[in-house]
Amino acid sequence: MSDVVSQRTAALERQPLRIAGPRPGFARGTLASVRDILGKRELLNFLVRRELKSKYKDSVLGFFWSLMRPLVQLGVYYVAIGKFMGASATTPDYAVFIYTGLSAWTLFSEIMLIGTGSIVANSGLVKKVYLPREVFPLSVVGSALFNFGIQLVILIGATVLVGKFPLGSRWWYFVLALAVLLVWSTALALLLSAVNVYLRDVQYLVDVVLMLLFWASPIVYSWGQVAGKFHGALRDLYLSNPMTLVIMGFQKTFWVAADKEIAQGKLLFPGHLVPALGIAFGVGLVFLWLCQRIFARLQSNFAQEL
Amino acid sequence: MGHPVVISIEDVSKRFVIRKEKSLKERLVNFGRSNLHKEDFWALRNVSAQIESGTTVGLIGPNGSGKSTLLKLIGGILQPTTGTVRLRGRLAALLELGTGFHPDLTGRENVYLNASILGLTKEETDRHFDAIVDFSGIEQFIDTQVKFYSSGMFVRLAFSVAVHVDPDILLVDEVLAVGDEPFQRKCLERIRAFQKEGRTIVLVTHGLDQVAEFCDRALVLENGHLAVDGKPREALRELRADFEAMRQEDLERARERSGTSVRSVFNGVALRTRGSEVTSPAISSGDPLTIAVETGTEGVVDAAVLGIAVTTTLGTVLFSTTTEKLGLPDLRLAGVQQFQFDLGPLALNEGEYIVQTSLKTADGQELHVVPQAAHFTVQGKNGSSGPLAVATAFRAF
Repeated sequence: MSDVVSQRTAALERQPLRIAGPRPGFARGTLASVRDILGKRELLNFLVRRELKSKYKDSVLGFFWSLMRPLVQLGVYYVAIGKFMGASATTPDYAVFIYTGLSAWTLFSEIMLIGTGSIVANSGLVKKVYLPREVFPLSVVGSALFNFGIQLVILIGATVLVGKFPLGSRWWYFVLALAVLLVWSTALALLLSAVNVYLRDVQYLVDVVLMLLFWASPIVYSWGQVAGKFHGALRDLYLSNPMTLVIMGFQKTFWVAADKEIAQGKLLFPGHLVPALGIAFGVGLVFLWLCQRIFARLQSNFAQEL
Repeated sequence: MGHPVVISIEDVSKRFVIRKEKSLKERLVNFGRSNLHKEDFWALRNVSAQIESGTTVGLIGPNGSGKSTLLKLIGGILQPTTGTVRLRGRLAALLELGTGFHPDLTGRENVYLNASILGLTKEETDRHFDAIVDFSGIEQFIDTQVKFYSSGMFVRLAFSVAVHVDPDILLVDEVLAVGDEPFQRKCLERIRAFQKEGRTIVLVTHGLDQVAEFCDRALVLENGHLAVDGKPREALRELRADFEAMRQEDLERARERSGTSVRSVFNGVALRTRGSEVTSPAISSGDPLTIAVETGTEGVVDAAVLGIAVTTTLGTVLFSTTTEKLGLPDLRLAGVQQFQFDLGPLALNEGEYIVQTSLKTADGQELHVVPQAAHFTVQGKNGSSGPLAVATAFRAF
C-alpha cells in the first residue's frame, strides 16, 4: 500500500462515522446546527457578497437603486402627509423622523421579503450539495444589513444637516432596537423561507402582511398621534408589536428634535420603552430558537420539494 | 491494515409523496380529501451497503431505479425516510450540471463560492486556483458570467473544482457525458489518480463499459431494491440480462399488437471445434469454431436473416456477421431447422468470450435475439492483454 493511501486510510480510521445531512432530534440538534453554521462563516461571507454583487449586476447605476426606493418614499410621504396633510407642522424635523422609521422598516422588509424566497431562489444549490441551509436566509440578513449601513450614513448625514446630531447615551436605544429587529426578522425569515418551500403562497402573503404592518407601526405618524385614540387592550396590542418598539427605539436615537417637544410636555413615546425592548429581545431569542428548530425539521425534505 | 468503512448505508428506504396540488387554494378546496391527491412512491426500499475506503463503486440500473436518489442520500441532500447513511471524511458531489453555480457571477467568483461550499477556506482556494482553472481549460472565460457558458464549460469548471478540494469521497452522477472527448479522458485520468491515492469514488452511470473499466464493485438497483452487489462483471451480466428481458417483453407486446401469430425462436446453440463438441467450452488460441443453431418456428417466415457475433464478457463486439452480409439469400423458416456458421481460426487471446445469435426478418423486425447464447474460453500463452492474440517479436537496436 503506498504512503498516500495508508495516510489517508489512517486519517479516515480516526474519524467517527457521522450522519449524512442534518442531525436529527429537536432539541439536541440545536448545538450541532449552531456549530455547523459557525463552521460555514466563510461561505456565509461569500453568499452575502454574491447576494450584493448579483443583485444589481447588469444595471448601470448599481447600488444607487437600493437607495432609490426609500428616498422616493421619503419624498412622497414628506410631501403628501407632511405638507398636504399637515403632519410636518406638528412634528418637528418631519423628514428626519420619516427617514428614521423608513430605514428601520426597509431593513426589516428586505430581510422578510428576500429571506422568505431565499431557499427557493437558491434551489440550485439546495438540490445539489448539502450545507446548513440556514446560510441562505442568513446571507439575506447580511446583505440587507449592508444596504442598511448605506442608509444609516445618509440618515446620520441628515441629522448633521439639520444640526441635531444624536449624542451620548441615546445611541443605546439604537443598539437595543437593532438587536430586537435582527432577532425577530431573522427568526421570521428562517421560518417563512422553510414554509415557503412547501407552500409558495407564503411569499405573496408576506408582501401583503408587510404592507399592513407598515401602517401598524409609527413610521409616517408618531406615537403621540396614536396614543390619544388607542386605549386599553388595543393600545397594549399596538405596543406589543416588536416593530413598533424598534421604530420608536430608532426615533429615540435619531429624532433629536423630539427632545424639545417632550420637554414641553408632549407625549411622543410610551413609558418603559427600554424594558419593553428588553422583553421583545428576550422573547425574540426564544422565538428564534424555535424557528431554527422548525427550519431544521423542515429542511430534510427541501431537496425533493423544490 | 484494514480499510475503514467510509459510507455506511443501513437499511435505507426513501419514500416520495407525489402531491398533485401545490397552492393554498387547491389544498383548501381539497381539504380532507387530501389523501386522494397523494401518491406514495418508494424510490428506495431497504438498501444496505458498506463501502470501504479506496474502492470505486459503480451504481447502475435502468432509468428510475433509484440510483440518483441513493447518491443524493449519500450526499446528505435528501434524508432517508427510514434507515441512516453515515459517512467519514470530506465529501464532494458532482450531481447533474453545475453543482450550484450562480449564473450572474463570473467563473472566478463561482470557483471561490463553490470551493467554499465544498469546505475549502479562501487561502486554500487561492492556492489551488491556478490549478483549477488550468485543469478546466477555460482560462479565457474565467471572468465571464457563467450564464454565458456552454454546458460543457460548466461541467469542466464544476469538475475541476470538485477534484481540487481534496475529497475523501467523490460522488459523480452522469456528468462526464457532457464534456468533449479530451476532457472526458482528462477526467478519467484524474479518477484513476484518485483511485491510486486511496480515495473513494461512487459513480452513477449508464456507460456500462466505464463501470467495467473503473470500478472494483458494482451495485445494481432495480425498482429501488439492491439487486446485485458484487464484482462489476457479475453485475453487468445481471443488468444486461434484465435489459434483455425487458426488451423481450416489449417485443412480445409489439408482436401481440401487430397481431401476427408467427413466432420463431432459437431452440439451442452448440459450439464445435475441429469436429468435436466444445464440452468444457474451451478452445485453444487459433482454433476454428463452428456455431450451430437450431430454430423452431410456428407458422412460416418467408424471408429471415440469421446472425451471429462473438463478444467479450463486457459486451464489446469482436466479430459479427449475418447471412445477409455473407451475401446469402434470405432464409425461409418453418418448423425445426438447423444452421451452422463455420468460423476460421480465431486469433483470440486468453479469456472468456460470448456468442450472440439473432434472428430477424428481412425487413429488420426482430424475431429473437440471444445476447448470451453460449460461452467459451480460449486458452493460450499468456504474455499479452486485450482480446486479440498477435504473435509478437521484439528486437532492440
